Amino acid sequence: MYVAVKGGERAIENAHRLLAHKRRGDQSVAEVTLDQISEQLGLAVDRVMSEGSLYDRELAALAIKQARGDLIEAIFLVRAFRATLPRFGTSEPVDTGAMRVQRRVSATFKDIPGGQILGPTFDYTHRLLDPSLAEGFVPDAPATADAATAPTPRVTDILGRDGLIESSPQAEEGASVGDLTREPLNFPADRDLRLQNLARGDEGFLLAMGYSTQRGYGRNHPFVGEIRFGEVEVEFAAEDVGFAVPLGAIELTECQMVNQFKGSATEAPCFTRGYGLAFGQSERKTMSMALVDRALRARELGEEALAPAQDEEFVMSHSDNVQATGFVEHLKLPHYVDFQSELGLLRKLRQEFSKAFADAQAPDAMKEAAE
Amino acid sequence: MAVLAHAEAGEIAARLRNLAVPAHQNLREPESGLVMLRGRVGGDGAPFNLGEATVSRAAVKLASGEVGFGYTLGRDGEKARLIALCDALVQSRDFGAVVERDIIAPLRAQLMIRRSRAAEETAATKVDFYTMVRGEG
Repeated sequence: MYVAVKGGERAIENAHRLLAHKRRGDQSVAEVTLDQISEQLGLAVDRVMSEGSLYDRELAALAIKQARGDLIEAIFLVRAFRATLPRFGTSEPVDTGAMRVQRRVSATFKDIPGGQILGPTFDYTHRLLDPSLAEGFVPDAPATADAATAPTPRVTDILGRDGLIESSPQAEEGASVGDLTREPLNFPADRDLRLQNLARGDEGFLLAMGYSTQRGYGRNHPFVGEIRFGEVEVEFAAEDVGFAVPLGAIELTECQMVNQFKGSATEAPCFTRGYGLAFGQSERKTMSMALVDRALRARELGEEALAPAQDEEFVMSHSDNVQATGFVEHLKLPHYVDFQSELGLLRKLRQEFSKAFADAQAPDAMKEAAE
Repeated sequence: MAVLAHAEAGEIAARLRNLAVPAHQNLREPESGLVMLRGRVGGDGAPFNLGEATVSRAAVKLASGEVGFGYTLGRDGEKARLIALCDALVQSRDFGAVVERDIIAPLRAQLMIRRSRAAEETAATKVDFYTMVRGEG
């Protein structure tokens, strides 16, 4: 029997009211402001911008506040907001070589033009909890030194000059750039789509996938050629203006992973590459992205693709945490009718089982009686 | 105009207040939208779509006919309008020089101070490698 039910409006309304109250917490404690989130939880904001796929610090901070610090919920909110705005167009590709670097390190070469610049990093900290942060901590002013005027070329460009590393694939004349926010994903996917997918992919998922390649599931022997973080200028070719207009600057992290060689009868062996790029200071994310980008090039490079990280359909279909959380979390919504039909089926199966079981027993009983 | 995109709306507005701004109208009302930001494979290869950014734009026309466009990252439509107004003024014979001198030049100087300060702080974190003195024997 099918019974239509309705209800729960008041419960839902009151649940959301209670949520708003819980979100605010103890009201004798000062309310957190968007500026505070943006300034003091900056890396959370960076992650929400990257995976929300929308560069807007203020919106990301608002989403974090609204989501009570649940970053995947915040990313979901940002994605939903982005769907409400018209798109004016696409920017000119940013030039990461011209980045005003705030951090730039290479694990492959000690002496690189422009030097190893540590910038604001957790590296080399002792990971000991600092009790002084629990109460009004005023940091020392940053140290200063004469600003370097030497350019900071990409490490891969330096290796590239000697032909030791493969050069970046160039676009064919008039080739369009894939956009998975506009067209459904089809496989096999080209590298532009793969990088777009990875750039907005879940950091935890990519970290695990990247880690799996290091542990032998698609080994490709990576070195960090370079990680750089800093500001790049953005330009937009506005139709009404007729030329590229400056929009301002954004912060980006870029990771160039250098991997083991490939060569052939006609080509000398050279290092191969994996690439990572993300909004804000997102080092773990870009490193993981670069590892997975390289792993996903298995087929192109003639490698055996047996590991999960080398399977583009597996990686690209499961990297998006908004899709993933939507499908996992929908399980908690009412499935009463679905479940009712399962229950009906199960009852029928059990009935059939009991009958068959009884029938199987019965002949034995009759046989015994006959003896 | 890059200087204006890097400035705050309030800074531009404050400097514009010292100017006898001529009559003008909005040719395009300030609006916010998205621009898809692109990177390049390997930093220098084929382009790919990295993610979007919020962008505001506006267009302003002076009574004397000059049309200015304003584009900026973010959702501050008023900032886009102020940039458009400055862009229009820069093109006018009467205001071009004064806008450059009283608005753009000082904002550029401020931007350069901020950037050189950041560059000095960054430079202090540059690693100086040195070779350990080898022990005898």
